[in-house]
Amino acid sequence: MKKVGNHNSISRKLFLGLALSLIFSLTSSAQEAAPAATDAAAAPAAATGGDAVKGKELFNANCAACHKLDAKATGPALRGIAGKYDASWLHKWVRNSSDLIKSGDAQAVKVFEENNKAVMSAFPQLSDGDIDNIIAYTSEPKAEAPAPAAGATEAVPGTGGSDGGVSNNIILGALSLVMLILVVMLFLVNQVLSKVAKANGIETAPKTPTTPIWKAFARNQFLVLVTAVFLLLASAYFVYGFLMQVGVDQDYAPIQPIHYSHRIHAGDNEINCKYCHSAARVSKNGGIPSLNVCMNCHKNIAEVAETTATPEYSKAFYDEQIQKLYTAVGWDKTTQTYTGKTQPVKWVRIHNLPDFVYFNHSQHVTVAGIECQTCHGPVQEYEIQKQFAPLTMGWCIDCHRKTDVKMEGNEYYTKIHDELSKKYGVDKLTAAQMGGLECGKCHY
Amino acid sequence: MSSNKKYWKSVEELDKNSSIVEALRNNEFVEEIPTDEFLGNNDALSSSSTSRRDFLKYVGFSTAAATLAACEGPVNKSIPYVLQPEQIIPGVADYYATSVFDGFDFANLLVKTREGRPIKIDNNTIAGAKFSANARIHASILSLYDSMRLKEPKIEGKNSTWSAVDSKIKSSIADAAAKGGQVVLLTNTLASPSTEKLIAEFIGKNPNAKHVVYDAVSESEALDAFETVYGERALVDYDFSKASLIVSVGADFLGGWQGGSYDSGYAKGRIPKAGKMSRHFQLEANMTLSGAAADKRLPMSIANQKQALVHIYNIVTGSSVAVSLEDKFKAEVTKAAQQLKAAGSKGVLVSGIQDKNAQLLVLAINQALVSEAFTTSGTRQIRKGSNAKVAQLVNDMKAGSVHTLIMSGVNPVYTLSDSTSFLEGLKKVKTSVAFSLKEDETALVSTVAAAVPHYLESWNDVSITKGTYGITQPTIRPLFNTKQFQDVLLSLNGSTGTFYDYIKANSSTIIAGSSWNKVLHDGIYVGAIPAATGGSADFSAAANALSKSKVAQGLELVLYTKTGMGDGQQANNPWLQEFPDPITRVSWDNYVTVSNADAKKYELSNEIVANGGLNGSYATITTADGLKLENVPVIVQPGQAVGTIGLALGYGRKAALKEEMMVGLNAYSLYKGFNNVQTVTLAKAGGEHEFACVQGQKTLMGRGDIIKETSLEIFNTKDAQFWNEQPMVSLDHKEVEATKVDLWESFDRSTGHHFNLSIDLNACTGCGACVIACHAENNVPVVGKSEVRRSRDMHWLRIDRYYSSESTFEGDNERKENIAGLSSSLSTFNEMEKAGDNPQVSFQPVMCQHCNHAPCETVCPVAATSHSRQGQNHMAYNRCVGTRYCANNCPYKVRRFNWFLYNKNSEFDYHMNDDLGRMVLNPDVNVRSRGVMEKCSMCIQMTQATILKAKREGRAIVDGEFQTACSNACSTGAMKFGDVNDSEAEITKLAADERMYHLLEHVGTKPNVIYHVKVRNT
Repeated sequence: MKKVGNHNSISRKLFLGLALSLIFSLTSSAQEAAPAATDAAAAPAAATGGDAVKGKELFNANCAACHKLDAKATGPALRGIAGKYDASWLHKWVRNSSDLIKSGDAQAVKVFEENNKAVMSAFPQLSDGDIDNIIAYTSEPKAEAPAPAAGATEAVPGTGGSDGGVSNNIILGALSLVMLILVVMLFLVNQVLSKVAKANGIETAPKTPTTPIWKAFARNQFLVLVTAVFLLLASAYFVYGFLMQVGVDQDYAPIQPIHYSHRIHAGDNEINCKYCHSAARVSKNGGIPSLNVCMNCHKNIAEVAETTATPEYSKAFYDEQIQKLYTAVGWDKTTQTYTGKTQPVKWVRIHNLPDFVYFNHSQHVTVAGIECQTCHGPVQEYEIQKQFAPLTMGWCIDCHRKTDVKMEGNEYYTKIHDELSKKYGVDKLTAAQMGGLECGKCHY
Repeated sequence: MSSNKKYWKSVEELDKNSSIVEALRNNEFVEEIPTDEFLGNNDALSSSSTSRRDFLKYVGFSTAAATLAACEGPVNKSIPYVLQPEQIIPGVADYYATSVFDGFDFANLLVKTREGRPIKIDNNTIAGAKFSANARIHASILSLYDSMRLKEPKIEGKNSTWSAVDSKIKSSIADAAAKGGQVVLLTNTLASPSTEKLIAEFIGKNPNAKHVVYDAVSESEALDAFETVYGERALVDYDFSKASLIVSVGADFLGGWQGGSYDSGYAKGRIPKAGKMSRHFQLEANMTLSGAAADKRLPMSIANQKQALVHIYNIVTGSSVAVSLEDKFKAEVTKAAQQLKAAGSKGVLVSGIQDKNAQLLVLAINQALVSEAFTTSGTRQIRKGSNAKVAQLVNDMKAGSVHTLIMSGVNPVYTLSDSTSFLEGLKKVKTSVAFSLKEDETALVSTVAAAVPHYLESWNDVSITKGTYGITQPTIRPLFNTKQFQDVLLSLNGSTGTFYDYIKANSSTIIAGSSWNKVLHDGIYVGAIPAATGGSADFSAAANALSKSKVAQGLELVLYTKTGMGDGQQANNPWLQEFPDPITRVSWDNYVTVSNADAKKYELSNEIVANGGLNGSYATITTADGLKLENVPVIVQPGQAVGTIGLALGYGRKAALKEEMMVGLNAYSLYKGFNNVQTVTLAKAGGEHEFACVQGQKTLMGRGDIIKETSLEIFNTKDAQFWNEQPMVSLDHKEVEATKVDLWESFDRSTGHHFNLSIDLNACTGCGACVIACHAENNVPVVGKSEVRRSRDMHWLRIDRYYSSESTFEGDNERKENIAGLSSSLSTFNEMEKAGDNPQVSFQPVMCQHCNHAPCETVCPVAATSHSRQGQNHMAYNRCVGTRYCANNCPYKVRRFNWFLYNKNSEFDYHMNDDLGRMVLNPDVNVRSRGVMEKCSMCIQMTQATILKAKREGRAIVDGEFQTACSNACSTGAMKFGDVNDSEAEITKLAADERMYHLLEHVGTKPNVIYHVKVRNT
């Protein structure tokens, strides 16, 4: 009866595995099918016959510095502006708003006062057609963000995104399940076959009694010695490796109070590192930018574009981070003013050099002209900033040995270069040859 | 000949049989390690409940626990500015020019700030800024971060607000006006045009108000004399660089006399140029810095000095006032006077005798000489106090006629000799207000203790000399809830503006042809310098009166201010407390200096005990007026005039001081009638005092040629080899120059920079500014009195003071041979034994010599100290394991070991133990930990910063750009730093000078610190 029972269990397990894989494939296709719903009712009627595509170009070139479509910036939100004001009045206003205000136009004065009396630049170069195009663009209906995927919460990696892909974990899980089933099946087949052989009376050749291999090993003293030495060396190697990584925080990526993405800033928007980290040019510190530097841009960027959002981090999530900046710097988005209530941001320091090491950014950045990425890694790809280099002394020294000093065009080096290149008989000098390995150059 | 004199540091060393001196010479670490204390007692060891096994368990467990705990790195926070000020870049230093006068010290400064906090004081070298910072000004940066400062205003001892203080003072002034009582403003000398104008306005509004100026250390007699002759209450600003002959009668012009700051001018004439240098006679009682620098020093009592001054007056002016000068001085004084007369306009005479007649004679003599160094234009405005007015005030207070007393910058309860009278008077004053940095002795007993900001936090203007105008500008936001005296005065005057606006408005009338921004940037404005007119008085009457001055029976007590402590304002400053006095080399103490002869007479003694510390007797001093100071420690001072004793002011404070700083005794209590000379009796008291004296420590093991010295005559006439002899050593049985022999393979330093530091023994006055500057720059810890006593002081730079008798060994031998007969032999030997009565003094700053062939490097087992191509001997603290081999092998004894953790350790409760005090630390220099050796780095952080600046700007380095903290601080030009691979540099010329020598040249260490032979114009 045992036999039957065995068969039963195999088929049950097979069925279970099949059912599981089906369920997974079903859920994934369900996500693929999620529609990108649009809400036609939200679209305001186009008032003028302008070209919205041209309008977008013009808007980005002229208006975007102060206006947004859906939010108040320096100037008011412009979506649906055509519904509020007469087109000819808008033409006048855009070309020269101050004149209009001075002329005593009641509507113009009202708009002026509603917007903190911020004077709008005059755009005499824009034709009526241009302005109509812009109005057409601002009259386009607002594109709704796709509904967030079911169960996907922001900042939780590992869940399926709206692009319909099955995450690697699930595939791996399914594969390992299949492997497990195969192993079990193999074992069962073997059992069944040996039972069949027994039943049929087929004798397998009995094993000749031999000395167990471990006994033979134990008797051979030379082998024992060699193995012991090997094991000791191997463990020493690993212990050494373990100890050497104590205090080395490579890949340290702490959670920061504001989720700041270098990928968006340095990657997507190609902002130069030294625009924000300006201290690196002249100071020993790389310098975490002060919040007023952030506000140079973020005064006008209160939210991220739809396209900035990733499967992991939604637009709402990024917008919340910008709001955190506003809270810290004391910026009131609605009135476009500083409240004066600030809360300095306590960033978690990632690169921690010990006190006894002197490192100067300007020496490396300005004098040597080394790319920031050399030590900090592909920052433009980092969603979360981490420590790229080990920051060990060996790592420093290694670079000092290999790197040629950039001497061209720097008068400081003229004399030293002449003398040293004669001495070493080389044209290029490494930092080490310049004395970059001396203890006191970094330890004082 | 230079090198056959005998140099000694302490009287003890003259005793050849002293085993302790021998031990000090031979052992780097004098104390034996007390292993016997815990290993010697077998019974205790065996009966201990902790077995060896247990001990090992504990050790193992704690090691494992510590290891595991260490695996987790700490989370550090980094908080940037919300709104970053435009001029501040984190990691880059900013400098602000400022001029300062605190009532005692004055200087034109550059204040270095990092991330908005001042961390170091440098000298302003712009044209017109001639007053350099002394040791106290350098240390004042630490007084800013004094945790004992008054942090908010207090009314009757309770914390209060400024509005309450304002209304309290206003109502009191109104009450005074109603009741007809006096309102008195008691301030230190202000020298501030704006504050003085403000006070004049205040008095204009309140006719019952008056202003009394009070200097803790009075120069009233000199001021009176100058006022009599020139009609102006001021002091002469001497220009010693123009003098070829200087005679000083009791004036320590290199020390605290009339504000000091004469070093740079004096030193200019002291470096022999074209065979010429100035000659300096010093007649004095205490051994002072000026006496140490003098070519000829005559130790004499003040009574004798007065007679000597009249004698000089007679010779210079051709008068014949009767003098009663002791015969033993007559010849020397006459010689000085004749030379002075011969020098004519190139001669100058100064005097520190606190007597109006004496000060009149000074004016008469300099007038007769038509001295160039003596000028009545651009007079010093830094002392204005009048003894008579202060005495009058105390009487008024006692009479009850003072209703409101407003004090600023003064601490009369501590500094007045008759403080009991003042306290008695203060009780009758309705409202007393003390504007003070600290809750000091006076603030404690005043109705209102008004917290004022430090000068580094305030706006002010200052006119140190007539015709110059400097601005004091804040370099940090006020740390506490403080308000300036002037701002309160403004509100009392009914003005709503700030003192800043007031100065700005007022300055426009002073800075003709310049602008506020320029003056603020430069820190100083030099305008037209008016000369004082007039110039006559009855000098012969003064001479007559002076010659008849009474000679009192008993000892003369001469009160002085010390280089470290000054008038005692900064008593809570650990840098200054630990700063060893340049002459006695005693730190953390106040003591009475007694001559050898008087010490024998009163059975007072000093001795070095087994652990290398100096012990001394106690004495009780009683003045003729019955004032008494008990148990004053005694230092036997070579060169102290017989019949005189010296005692420093500024110690013995108790209020608003950390316990460690409450050292010494208050000598102001003996400063009766503002007279720095008191007739006293001395009596030995019981007990022994333990000094923290560094003179016996870190000796150069008796190896010769440490100091090289010669006379101007020999210098001019003989070959350099004669007075700057090259040491010879034997190589292959042949005599060769020591510099030619080498144990080590030479290291090529011809490329790049090669730094040398030059020290001219002729220009060094021992002022100690470099020592404090080094502290500030290099985060040198303060270790406290008991550690200093154990030879564990951490000064990277010490100024060794050597005494030498005038006679040479050769001279001694000659004399011995000439002895004929017993009587002659007895008297001659007696004379020869008096070596210590009037020694010559040499100062020698010693720091790490940065040897090209460094003995410390070869013995370091972990290569923590190593060579550099730039001539600096590097010390990697993180590599050091603390074997101390290097210190043992250093022939110069310049390495300092961190016996303890000196920061964040309550056992060492100095500035590094509180958050406020740590703000002074230089962020570019590591703070060392326990068990680590440290030493002078030749300010590698500064040289590296200079190199980096040039690299960034893409240019070669100009001579003079390389500096160290000590060379920057040196106002005399004794210390010069630079790159000897730059053939145009000044240092290259100095290194090639024939006066140049290395310390212990025969050892063959090839140091990068070079010295210049001292030349005396005897």
